[in-house]
Amino acid sequence: MSEQDQDNRAALLGQVERAKATGTPLCIRGGGSKDFYGRQPVGELLDVSQHQGIVNYEPTELVITARAGTPLRVIDQALTAENQMLPFEPPHFGETATLGGTIACNLSGPRRPYAGAARDFVLGSQVLNGKAEILHFGGEVMKNVAGYDVSRLMCGALGTLGVLLEVSLKVLPRLEHEVSLTFELGLEEALENLHTWGQRPYPITATCYDGDQLRVRLGGEEQAVRAAHKRIGGDALAEGAVFWGKLREQQHGFFGSSKPLWRISLASDAAPLDLEGKWLYEWGGAQRWLASESEPTIIREAMAKAGGHATLFRNGDRTQVFQPLPEGLLAIHRRLKTAFDPQGLFNPGRMYEGL
Amino acid sequence: MHDHRDQAPKQIRNNKAGLLQRLTELLPGDALLHEAEDLRPYECDGLSAYRKLPMLVALPSTIEQVQAILRLCHELQVPVVARGAGTGLSGGALPHEQGVLLSLAKFNRILELNPQRRTARVQPGVRNLAISQAADPHGLYYAPDPSSQIACTIGGNVAENSGGVHCLKYGLTVHNIQSLKLVTIDGELLQIGGAGLDAPGYDLLALMTGSEGMLGVIVEITVKLLAKPQRAQVLLAAFNNVVKAGAAVGDIISAGIIPAGLEMMDRLAIRAAEDFVHAGYPLDAEAILLCELDGTNEEVSEHILKVREILNQAGATEVRTAKDEAERLTFWKGRKAAFPAVGRLAPDYYCMDGTIPRKRLPEVLAATTELSKQYKLPVANVFHAGDGNLHPLILYDANQPGELERTEEFGGKILELCVEVGGTITGEHGVGMEKINQMCVQFNSLELTQFHAVKAAFDPLGLLNPGKAVPTLHRCAEFGAMHVHHGELPFPELERF
Repeated sequence: MSEQDQDNRAALLGQVERAKATGTPLCIRGGGSKDFYGRQPVGELLDVSQHQGIVNYEPTELVITARAGTPLRVIDQALTAENQMLPFEPPHFGETATLGGTIACNLSGPRRPYAGAARDFVLGSQVLNGKAEILHFGGEVMKNVAGYDVSRLMCGALGTLGVLLEVSLKVLPRLEHEVSLTFELGLEEALENLHTWGQRPYPITATCYDGDQLRVRLGGEEQAVRAAHKRIGGDALAEGAVFWGKLREQQHGFFGSSKPLWRISLASDAAPLDLEGKWLYEWGGAQRWLASESEPTIIREAMAKAGGHATLFRNGDRTQVFQPLPEGLLAIHRRLKTAFDPQGLFNPGRMYEGL
Repeated sequence: MHDHRDQAPKQIRNNKAGLLQRLTELLPGDALLHEAEDLRPYECDGLSAYRKLPMLVALPSTIEQVQAILRLCHELQVPVVARGAGTGLSGGALPHEQGVLLSLAKFNRILELNPQRRTARVQPGVRNLAISQAADPHGLYYAPDPSSQIACTIGGNVAENSGGVHCLKYGLTVHNIQSLKLVTIDGELLQIGGAGLDAPGYDLLALMTGSEGMLGVIVEITVKLLAKPQRAQVLLAAFNNVVKAGAAVGDIISAGIIPAGLEMMDRLAIRAAEDFVHAGYPLDAEAILLCELDGTNEEVSEHILKVREILNQAGATEVRTAKDEAERLTFWKGRKAAFPAVGRLAPDYYCMDGTIPRKRLPEVLAATTELSKQYKLPVANVFHAGDGNLHPLILYDANQPGELERTEEFGGKILELCVEVGGTITGEHGVGMEKINQMCVQFNSLELTQFHAVKAAFDPLGLLNPGKAVPTLHRCAEFGAMHVHHGELPFPELERF
């Protein structure tokens, strides 16, 4: 228990009831560290940051449940004390980052392709919907197939389907030993290595190629890490943890540009795209960052061809942030939005216009 | 409000001839079954206590045919129940008497295997094990391995979000698929997920997984493949007390080790398995644990030493390490054959599927033993110990009047107990028809209403798999269990209906 712990549900419910009565749009906000993400936030502030506290943490059950306003660093501290971690290595993007915001944005860090995304670790949630009802979905157990998986549906929905009040996550033991390696390589060779290593049972936990250096992190049991290091070679990278931390938080030099920053998600083995700008590859090639002044339409079209999608992550015009959806899918999105938030109160337009 | 009919809409009842005529225009003759004798094989799935003949069976072989069938059923308001291999254990593929049973058996091809991307694009009727077999030459495999993997199809796995003995470490179906092609009830083909690790918009991939055929018909799946571990090794530990065995599981995980599989069996299950397959299990044990460790050579060697030590510390009366691959498979054979082995002890058995927080195991087992005495029905316990998923097997004789009803009531009590201790009524088998009443215990009316709203976003007329997975509020009122979650009803002043 910390002094900040507080169950603020009654106040949040009250505000949603009033908003419902008056048809007032609400802007759901935790610590505000992701204000930059998605389309422009609008509406009356619904402040979730006071609703904090770890409700239950059972290290031997590999489960933690916390209120959505709990700072991510508080969760990290609690887990570190038990030698455990959030396996998806979430970026914080600021001191004030909360659990709720992290899940609502479904943001995951360098370990994502090797361990899973935020959504993969969500076991259950407590949600306040647009009818001012508090609902529970999932739970604190690893296997649970009762009812539709609403908890995972909330991941990455940017609060447009409801207010996350509580989230239960699966956690894992910290890796015993980590080694970071660096290789000086051209793009083609770097990607080829990533694909080859990906098909072998090496304990890779992160990869990054910046146009010059391929960096690889190995993690796990010490002997296994050493053996893999011996097989793939490379020079040991001093201060590896610092490097991956900066990469995760976008404090790496690449992210210093004020140009529009695009997050490109596509097949890991997709050929390098012919788009103007500076590139940084992560996730074995499945996540690529592009700092570019190119016209958004050119980038979107290239994505449609490559079978991937592009997100305008930072900077630039926020009118359209996410890859447009085909009409059939968009229609289902609209109907799901209505199913959870019939009056369209929550974060209107944060993901797509009209949603 | 959304009317979730257990009944088919009135206008199509008894109009089999009319529907058959229209379907004949869409499908070749051999893709339609309508005589009672041809319908018989489809009357039930793996839960054979529930049987119904469908009005018709359609066996399409192309996506266009599936689209056409669904468009027609939508137009005529005919219920549709999709079916894979029919190995499900919750009656999810139980036919609808006034509906079309849509078999995806002909969708049995692996369309593409991409070793570099570590994905396989497959049709829904492909068997789970066939994917790993096809991936094997590339040193890859598909991780989720339900016990029925030799027969069950990947489409059914997605519909149920199937697990398996390795899911503590490698996750469920939802963690191991990348994209789907889905046909909606009005015949539209949608792509969900994408070529990358994520897709824009809502996580419909997660929503579809485990949705039990209620939201759409899956016609193609891209699964993720993993590099086969260099080595797997299994330890067998015997305990003279199930509580000690349960505690040992927590000790292993506390030591920072996530085994690939961690299974427990109780005395009755051990004996049944031993009599059946002669796995060499210790017959004097009250419980055994099977702990599989996988990874690189070095990692497995290191972890075996550690786990052996932990098991001894935890009071194991005996710890064996499989001396070779043959013995590893023998150790597993007993566990994998546990259900049929227990099936030899009585004319019938009923398999439950609750999940609990592992620390509540002693009280749940004690209560189950108590209930077993009360209902005069023996129970064998097989347990995915790593992730808290219990499979109590209730032994009964369906030919004894009233015994099936007593068994179902007993099973229902076990599930309610699972909810009471903070668990769930189904870990991996799904709700289907079987646990529809217990859904009223796990969820309150607001939550069930939210589920119905999700269903209506995809299928407003309620034609896909009607009456399954989510009970009507009316049904819950009749069942008489209105629900309180974890003993707390938040804001009791709120109106509940």
